[in-house]
Amino acid sequence: MSSGLMKRLATARKTGNVAGLAEAIPYAKWMQIAPENGTGELLTRMRYHGSLIGNTFLPAIHGGTLGAMLEMTAIFHLLWETEAESVPKIVNITVDYLRSAGPRDVIAAAKVTKQGRRMVNVFAEAWQDDRSRPVASASAHFLVTSADEPPVL
Amino acid sequence: MAKAPLTTPEERVALFQQLFSDSIPHNKALGMKVLAVARGIASMQLDWRPELVGNPELGVLAGGPLTAMLDSCCGMAVATMLKDPKPFATLDLRIDYARPATPGEPVIAEAECYRLTRSVAFTRAFAHQGDPKDPVAAAAGTFMLGTKGEVTRPQAVGRELLK
Repeated sequence: MSSGLMKRLATARKTGNVAGLAEAIPYAKWMQIAPENGTGELLTRMRYHGSLIGNTFLPAIHGGTLGAMLEMTAIFHLLWETEAESVPKIVNITVDYLRSAGPRDVIAAAKVTKQGRRMVNVFAEAWQDDRSRPVASASAHFLVTSADEPPVL
Repeated sequence: MAKAPLTTPEERVALFQQLFSDSIPHNKALGMKVLAVARGIASMQLDWRPELVGNPELGVLAGGPLTAMLDSCCGMAVATMLKDPKPFATLDLRIDYARPATPGEPVIAEAECYRLTRSVAFTRAFAHQGDPKDPVAAAAGTFMLGTKGEVTRPQAVGRELLK
């Protein structure tokens, strides 16, 4: 989809700094969702801010924002860790809500479960303080295009 | 709330707008509008805004705002079904992205809570841009009933609706 994003990806690869990818996506900027690779592992962080709240009583972060950040996590992962030649197109996503997420940053990591020629299955998991206690996980399908094939969707 | 009952659709919409959008920070930030509500049914609208774009070259909305709207809309449909209010939370949510949303146009979500058991509420929803037969996304969500915490005001609204 976005050639601006692919340009940023090329720059990010050169400099090794992945954070710039989020700058090309208005929604990611607005949500304060950005990838980071300071630890050597590609992680995606959603910085806590008040407008993420979905339940003011608990308080807890809105489930929709967790789904959104898991989707972004999968996209950043595909861009950074695979030989993506264009931005992957999401087909569907299933989010499991495991625990309520408190008013703090959310961090997530993804892995490719199956890489096909046209379709990729990605699993992503999000946590807050303790990685062994995830707050949500998701599996998603993306259409990817290889150089010899036109986009399908 | 000893207020007068919800006698007209307009009153219902205004109350649900207040409870499910204006007083929920993320829904308010997205500018979600409640369009219609009845027992087991909820409809919301999300207007296109540049901050919600996932693809800046085409201006297509990101998946995230649709996910948040479909989650909220399904949750609102659940709330309309609860005669005995209890806290509830999304257990899982599947979204199928049928086509990119046309830039500049609002997206409308229509959700239905089609089955309520003691522990779980089952919902489904579609998002479209005016023609329900040409959906942008489809969703299936389940909600766990009787989760921790106290009943929030939005979760308790079903009682008023069912009077």
